[in-house]
Amino acid sequence: MAGQTLFDKIWDAHVVVARDDGQTLLYIDRHLIHDLHFGAFAALKELGRTIKRPDRIVASPDHSIPTTVTTLEEITDPEMHETVEGLERYAAEFGITHFAMTDERHGIVHVVGPEQGITQPGIVLVCGDSHTSTHGALGCISFGVGSSEVVHVLATQTLWQRRPKTMRIEVSGKLGFGITGKDVILAIIREIGADGGTGYAIEYAGSAIRNLSMEGRLTICNMTIEAGGRFGMVAPDETTIAYVAGRPYAPADAAWDRAVAYWRTLPSDDAAEFDREVALDGDAIAPMVTWGNSPQDAVQVTETVPDPAKEADTERRAAMEAALDYMDLEPGMAMTDIKVDKVFIGACTNSRIEDLRLAAKVAKGRTAMVQTLVVPGSGLVKRQAEEEGLDKIFTEAGMEWRQPGCSMCVAMNGDMLQPGERSASTSNRNFRGRQGPGGRTHLVSPAMAAAAAVTGHFADIREFIERD
Amino acid sequence: MEAFTTFTSHGIPVDIVNCDTDQIIPARFLRRKKTDADYPKFLFHDLRFDADGSEKPDFIYNKAPYRDGGIIVADLNWGCGSSRENAVYVLVANGIRAVIAPSFGDIHYNNCTKQGVLPVRLERKDCDTLRRQLHDEPGAEIAFDLEAQTVTGPDGAVYAFEIGAFDKEKLLQGLDDISLTEQYDSEFEAFEAKHQADHDWLY
Repeated sequence: MAGQTLFDKIWDAHVVVARDDGQTLLYIDRHLIHDLHFGAFAALKELGRTIKRPDRIVASPDHSIPTTVTTLEEITDPEMHETVEGLERYAAEFGITHFAMTDERHGIVHVVGPEQGITQPGIVLVCGDSHTSTHGALGCISFGVGSSEVVHVLATQTLWQRRPKTMRIEVSGKLGFGITGKDVILAIIREIGADGGTGYAIEYAGSAIRNLSMEGRLTICNMTIEAGGRFGMVAPDETTIAYVAGRPYAPADAAWDRAVAYWRTLPSDDAAEFDREVALDGDAIAPMVTWGNSPQDAVQVTETVPDPAKEADTERRAAMEAALDYMDLEPGMAMTDIKVDKVFIGACTNSRIEDLRLAAKVAKGRTAMVQTLVVPGSGLVKRQAEEEGLDKIFTEAGMEWRQPGCSMCVAMNGDMLQPGERSASTSNRNFRGRQGPGGRTHLVSPAMAAAAAVTGHFADIREFIERD
Repeated sequence: MEAFTTFTSHGIPVDIVNCDTDQIIPARFLRRKKTDADYPKFLFHDLRFDADGSEKPDFIYNKAPYRDGGIIVADLNWGCGSSRENAVYVLVANGIRAVIAPSFGDIHYNNCTKQGVLPVRLERKDCDTLRRQLHDEPGAEIAFDLEAQTVTGPDGAVYAFEIGAFDKEKLLQGLDDISLTEQYDSEFEAFEAKHQADHDWLY
């Protein structure tokens, strides 16, 4: 008998109904909700329905909270206020757990889930946000859904899905000095393309992945959607188990032992077959920077802006030309010659404690040349960073230490680029206008963002930090 | 949602590879209600309008007769990126009921089927042909027959397309998923009891 993949094992354990036409009714263990979906509750009421399993839901506002205030009352923008207030009101009405802005546990849902132990190996977790792929770093099936699907989960605790194909991406070898999960995932997307993962559940494997911390794995799985894949996963191992242990929503005592025993059965069998296999040499990955308007438009910081004239596919060439025009870049420019106007360190990609430590290492004793926002992913990350003195390092470098939230990743809470401004950003999307109309985004790791902040242009992080 | 059976309209060629949902509707409009009178203007907003709100005359959707079209013919990876279903609401608000592309973002594809918008995957060369025909002959029509799973191009060429039986049935009848799911209540109860017994730490 052929072996099973990690994905197969979890999927099969959640099939409520399998129809002959390939549709599966999948059981949902955990559902995260953020402010933009407060309307789902009203939609549910309009349908005359109620929440099937309110105890499986956790809500936290993130997209619409300004990073300059700490309470709902201080939000002056009526649209933002309505959204954040709406989530809080409906959470109370329907009896679901809600981490309000004044609750230290609040933050970006994809930071909060793992941090609270809500995200666990072996579960199926959904959220109305494409970056829900993040949670698969703990060895679970997690995926982003649309508003209709959010309402469906509220009403039924299930979703109709088609089984995706499976892909394994093996990153072998050992990552070089200063290389992080962000560089790995940008190198992967460059390799397979922004639609390379469409239709697939992707399992990241290999020694370079095994040796990553949970934060690094979360960053990689987060950006799986930027390769088109809804599902990113890493098999649970000792790193995973140690990460989950003791978290507020994690099992304890005898239940913990039963859970861990189950989690150890989840990694893909040796004989498991994947629909597609991709291999990358981890030793060859360098610090990455994007130059265009798709996450696949990534190069090593030591490279130059690519030349569209060398692209054979005419439509891709046109896309490159349009991107260079929008980004105001010339082919052949050294990436390190590109000057930035703003730096953003945060977002569900890179706002966890390890990310902030890496950025602080570079910022320490240096001065930011441009406006730099440092935005922790949750209230608890913020507190931990402050206990470690990271906030002081940032503020002494002239950077702004903000309140938790999605901030400048999504340009709908007050933090944004002005037209024509260029950012070094640790977020996950360099789409046109993503950080504000006319804004130009370059995606980088937290350390690379901090290096851009203190030099005013992109710089090779390996020249800024000392080897431990 | 409105049922989808057959549909004929003139096509809008959108020559953008990786046209993400931020291009289809920028994030700052996501809190606006579908009933907002301005809603149709949010489609391709930042591609269509300058910072001062004036139309960019060169953008395809600002040109007659494309601006009245009901079908988009796109390029690779249409609707990638954010899961925002608003990217489908805004198509519906403009009377756009079908999108043809070589590939779609997975979440956006699913969202289309929930709102009565037909997502059709055709070979890239066929999409290229259709877009070229639409450029050459503004206002040229494309016809869909969902029951037969065919698209007919402006030149009469017929293309067959694949769609899951489940999505097809829902679109044809304008059904929502929840009513369908509730037919499986007893399976749900049985599943959950067993799941709880096997994974008691989750309950």
